Amino acid sequence: MSTFLGMPTVRPQPSRPPRDPLRWGASFPHAAHETLADGQLRANLRTATRTIRDKRRRVTAELDDWEQLRDAGAAIKASAMARLPDLLTQLEESVTARGGVVHWARDAAEANEVVTGIVREAGAREVVKVKSMATQEIGLNEALAEAGIDAIETDLAERIVQLAGDQPSHILVPAIHRNREEIREIFTHRMGDAPEGLSSEPRELAMAARAHLRARFLRAEVAISGANMAIAETGTVAVVESEGNGRMCLTLPRLLVTVMGIEKVLPTARDLEVFLQLLPRSSTGERMNPYTSMWTGVTPGDGPQEFHLVLLDNGRTRALADELGRQALHCIRCSACLNVCPVYEHTGGHAYGSVYPGPIGAILTPQLLGVGEPGGPAGAHDPTGSLPFASTLCGACFDACPVKIDIPAALVHLRERSLHPPGPHAPSATDVSMRVAARVLSSGRALRWAGRAVALVGRLTGGRAIRWLPWPGSLWTRVRDAPVLPVRSLAAWWARRSLR
Amino acid sequence: MTAPSTARAEMLGRIRRALGQSRSVEVERHYHRTGALVAGSGEVLDLLAERLEDYRATVVRTDASAVPRVVADLLDVPSVAVPDGVPAPWLAELTAEVRRDEPALTHAELDDTAAVLTTCRVAIAETGTVVLDGGPGQGRRALTLLPDRHVVVVEADQVVHSVPDAIARLDVTRPLTWISGPSATSDVELVRVEGVHGPRDLRVVLVDG
Ligand code: SF4
Repeated sequence: MSTFLGMPTVRPQPSRPPRDPLRWGASFPHAAHETLADGQLRANLRTATRTIRDKRRRVTAELDDWEQLRDAGAAIKASAMARLPDLLTQLEESVTARGGVVHWARDAAEANEVVTGIVREAGAREVVKVKSMATQEIGLNEALAEAGIDAIETDLAERIVQLAGDQPSHILVPAIHRNREEIREIFTHRMGDAPEGLSSEPRELAMAARAHLRARFLRAEVAISGANMAIAETGTVAVVESEGNGRMCLTLPRLLVTVMGIEKVLPTARDLEVFLQLLPRSSTGERMNPYTSMWTGVTPGDGPQEFHLVLLDNGRTRALADELGRQALHCIRCSACLNVCPVYEHTGGHAYGSVYPGPIGAILTPQLLGVGEPGGPAGAHDPTGSLPFASTLCGACFDACPVKIDIPAALVHLRERSLHPPGPHAPSATDVSMRVAARVLSSGRALRWAGRAVALVGRLTGGRAIRWLPWPGSLWTRVRDAPVLPVRSLAAWWARRSLR
Repeated sequence: MTAPSTARAEMLGRIRRALGQSRSVEVERHYHRTGALVAGSGEVLDLLAERLEDYRATVVRTDASAVPRVVADLLDVPSVAVPDGVPAPWLAELTAEVRRDEPALTHAELDDTAAVLTTCRVAIAETGTVVLDGGPGQGRRALTLLPDRHVVVVEADQVVHSVPDAIARLDVTRPLTWISGPSATSDVELVRVEGVHGPRDLRVVLVDG
């Protein structure tokens, strides 16, 4: 066995564990500054996002009713939101009628308390977990750890992230920021039962994880999962996955706890036919993901005999109150918008400082945290308030989104909200220039004209740095040089690029 | 701990306030509600076989009389779990030790069983999917999860074209497992590795005639 002398042990990313997984770290521009310096990360990201993007394009082109499916998906989600109180109470009734127990949790702390209580009651010291954004958002693993309960992530990428002490950087491929050599290091040093002489071959790494987790699945008493959707009419919950770790967790333990955002409810079983086509094709670019599990309450003699469903608010009702912003709640977490986003491709997920990175994160996180609300985070320099500015408004996310969330419109709207918190407020220089920018950016036409104007000035200045701009740009150049101007606007560049 | 009813009432109140006067939304479904290909037709079987092979599942096409032979060939292992409801003639030529789930096999016993033989509820050609619903010949979910090889027999009239066709046939309140190829991961540098936690080896017997 060869040893790599001097090879530094893998450092966690970010270097300090966040207090709130929903929003941690510096403002987007500052955090992006750091991640942009990581050449390895950018190379990983480029390959990864391009690969998934191409696959997605191929399998969505295969269906001649893809656009109609997107329309139906968007309409079902909008109609579900409009009937949310009825659907949630109906879901509660159906689940209860089939032997499940439903809990309501207003915020992260309450959800953690409920889940911890259930696990304690069951007398378990260890639980197995299926990848779930909701439980990451509320920091459930940390809450369980404080109660002396060991939560084991069983999705390969999540396990890598967990063992490394990282935060996930992509919704679908959370360890996209780690390459195979780093993963080998992480397994060798942190797994405890890694095989001797483990190589960095992806197959060998996956098999090491299989062996490592198998023992834990077989002895698990309690499992914790998220949900991709739940059907109000029947009480059916669905989890979509690839590796089979989901099936293990949903089948073998005696007790199952599912934590689900209230926006995941769908009215009828028929709706499954839409989302089971939209989700896998948009997400991994497959016609269907390897495994989808559905269960309704408790089935005697098959699977967990005790089932708890925790319905989570944690800021969702805040988002719901914003008529334009609420469409962020339609998100089915496919991650297509991340994979097409030019900003995400360069900065990576950690720059967004949230379990929800990329374009969807830029509109969801600020709303969950109440951006621009009285006492809420606000301003382009605030970590949360800066998120809606993390975009070029190119529109690629909107085109890719299987439920047609108008992310660019929501971004512009949230920029306004972030810069205009209610109450007496003297606007700062940045606020004013950002507000003008927001106005220009909110209109496709104005943006194209502004782009052309910039390109014109760019040609006139011949690529030299600009030390001074006329008002309102002067508010910006007073404290820094304007960037060297491109000779072609982004919109024009993007239009040409997309034609290829 | 706060009273659970408080949380419920408060959340529902918040939602109602947030929605305010929002109007209801009509859902129009202009996508294909039924597949173009006829269930059980030669075309639909061809499509299913092609899509399953795309996922690197093994597909064997046969007529009903040869099922025992084919099943025995695919189950060249020491032991096989067989749920209630699998037609007895299918087992006629098996050399593997047959393990019944009566009394229920423990997880350790299942983990130690090399393969499982089942029927299915419906199969979707367009997506290469086999759906189990725990009905006759399919057993409880753990049975098709722990053994490393899953041999599933699909009869022609169970094969539909599209996802909506399948939903129309299913009772979603039964425990459902949709299987599209062997388990897989792409978590290490997006390199696809087949076979992680579920059965690493999926073999589909497609019976026509
Ligand atoms: S916003 Fe749309 S594209 Fe992005 S993850 Fe959600 S559903 Fe997918």
